[in-house]
Amino acid sequence: MDFSFTVWIPLLPLILFVFLGLTSGSIRPKISGYIGTAGMTITTLMSYFVAYQYFFNRPAGSETFEKIIAFNTVWLNLTEKLQINLGVLLDPISVMMLVVITTVSLMVHIYSIGYMNGEKGYSRFFSFLSLFSFSMLGLVVATNIFQMYICWELVGVSSYLLISFYYERPTAVAAGKKAFIVTRFADLGFLIGILLLSFVSGTFDFVSLTDPQGALITQGSSLTFMGLSVMTWALVLIFMGGAGKSAMFPLHIWLPDAMEGPTPVSALIHAATMVVAGVYLVARLFPLYVFAAPDALTIVGYVGGITSLFAAVIACTQNDIKRVLAFSTMSQIGYMMLALGVSGYGDHHGLGFMASMFHLFTHAMFKALLFLAAGAIIHAVHSNFMTEMGGLRKYLPITHITFLIACLTIAGIPPFSGFFSKDEILTAAWEHDKFLFFIEYAVAGLTAFYMFRLYFNVFWGKDRHYHHTPHESPLVMTGPLMFLAAASMFTGFIPFSSLVTSDSKPFESHIEWMIAIPSILIGVIGILVAMWFYKKENGISEKMAGGLKHLYKWSYNKFYMDEVYLFVTKKIIFNNISRPAAWFDRHVVDGTMNGIASVTNRTSSGIKGFQSGQLQKYGFVFVSGVIILVFTFIYIWFN
Amino acid sequence: MTAVIPLHYFLIVSTLMFFIGIYGFLTRKNLITILMSVELILNSVNINFVAFNRYLFPGELQGHFFTLFIIAVAAAEAAVAIAIIISVYRRFTNIDVERVDTMKH
Repeated sequence: MDFSFTVWIPLLPLILFVFLGLTSGSIRPKISGYIGTAGMTITTLMSYFVAYQYFFNRPAGSETFEKIIAFNTVWLNLTEKLQINLGVLLDPISVMMLVVITTVSLMVHIYSIGYMNGEKGYSRFFSFLSLFSFSMLGLVVATNIFQMYICWELVGVSSYLLISFYYERPTAVAAGKKAFIVTRFADLGFLIGILLLSFVSGTFDFVSLTDPQGALITQGSSLTFMGLSVMTWALVLIFMGGAGKSAMFPLHIWLPDAMEGPTPVSALIHAATMVVAGVYLVARLFPLYVFAAPDALTIVGYVGGITSLFAAVIACTQNDIKRVLAFSTMSQIGYMMLALGVSGYGDHHGLGFMASMFHLFTHAMFKALLFLAAGAIIHAVHSNFMTEMGGLRKYLPITHITFLIACLTIAGIPPFSGFFSKDEILTAAWEHDKFLFFIEYAVAGLTAFYMFRLYFNVFWGKDRHYHHTPHESPLVMTGPLMFLAAASMFTGFIPFSSLVTSDSKPFESHIEWMIAIPSILIGVIGILVAMWFYKKENGISEKMAGGLKHLYKWSYNKFYMDEVYLFVTKKIIFNNISRPAAWFDRHVVDGTMNGIASVTNRTSSGIKGFQSGQLQKYGFVFVSGVIILVFTFIYIWFN
Repeated sequence: MTAVIPLHYFLIVSTLMFFIGIYGFLTRKNLITILMSVELILNSVNINFVAFNRYLFPGELQGHFFTLFIIAVAAAEAAVAIAIIISVYRRFTNIDVERVDTMKH
């Protein structure tokens, strides 16, 4: 099977971006929306075709899924040995990501046709969506770590552009800048990590980097720095980049603010695809983590675990529905990171890896669904705050049902997909690290609680006073909801362990009921508690909040992480580093330069009279010179 | 031929003429005066030529011919210069060298 046509999967959105960007304003906005969606449909169909060919139509007799370089071209030829290529690498995780990205992106495109209807900058929106799709697809099919880095930054740019899409709103602009700066800061670590890694290995290429029999893994590097091997440093720094993009604690502060963007963008970028880039990065370099730097992998696992708990606690007290979903995203990505952290390599040891990819897949579906449904709710009531909602189930039947499905999925209730992937993660954690395992149990309960808190607050309880009677969205918006709801319900039955595994060899996995049943019970308890608290307004929740006043306050204020950042940046860095640096720059560096300039200035203004341009003056000087010379010679001659 | 005028009398006159010419050339602002100063310089040289020829090489004529040649060239030069001065005057309505500076800017 020749896969070289896959190069068009990322290229088509790029062409669309350029086309829509250039024609915005000259063709009708509606048309550009349709063109963008049509292009995305083609890309999606190509991805499905690739996935089908790759997974179910492989050459007879081969046990493993080979890594296929479908396309490769030299982009920068720096030296004989150092080249940067651009290409398409197909292996189980990249093919799976192609499916995830194109599916969610297509749904978001369709949904946006309805959601963004009549907004200013409609075609700009679609061109940015295409740019994002291009960069994300380029990221997942990257053949080498540098291509990944390029696309990684492009993804950051498109995220920035889309967060500050409503650029007339100061909060949106601030949120865009925050997201860009925080992730850029994290990417600094990523870049240093890449350079260290390529310094040790002499290559950027993923296939040779992650070959378990390769020189890098079997021999490693004897270099050490501050007690840790250079490999560990490199991988920890690369993980820093991943943590920034995936909103892991403590680099998560940009994600809640990113909700300033239009809701379809939150669904596409800040829930389903871009934020899992960090997980994908670790998964992509997984053999390196496992064999060359197990310490780094432990860090990954613990950062994931802490983030998932931290975010779940915050999500319980937020009132903005998009922020609840944002923290839930953080929490779920924490799950995925944790699953990678507790994974080994090969067969059943690689359960965590498989579970992480499985959860990535199911999470993309149900989280996109949650966000799109939240968008439909916001569209109907023109508010983001659940305190201004209630009793919406009568008005928004389709949104209600799909939202309920998504909530059950994320709460891990069988037979919805979240149950299966979460169960695999819990099993992997149980086998590897009991502490993380119990954290995840707690998070599972909290997840069920806060999702159903949201659900009951929005769809049950008393009717609020609405500006106009909320009405269901048009089919162009509910269609994607229904599709994603179906995906959330059934993707759990995909036999992931025979498709996407750490060593590309299928293995048998089955549900551990000893672990699954308690987790279902915890989920159900969470749901029941939320129902008891919020189904009718009975004041229990307020009493609870009063009883746990401090915890509530801390959680409500997101553990003051924003304030900590502000304190560190404004009080410490600005005062102690930036200000002296600015003073030094302004007074010493600029002073020296200004001094030189003013000396030159004064000298030249002193002597500029000589160059008057008056020929007669020059002539006078010339003649005087001649006369002086003549008299001098005469004097010398006669003495 | 008793009361012969000595050679250095001629030379003094020509030197005076030369420096008067230089002075006028450097200080006058009027193009016509500058042209006249140039003529003075040329003629001081002519006097030198003629005087040296007459006193040092009486049997020869190169100095005389050279003088005639210079007079011819100077006449041509004056014609060209005055033509230029006239067009300058038409263009700027004055012939002050300090104010005819369009090309400088």
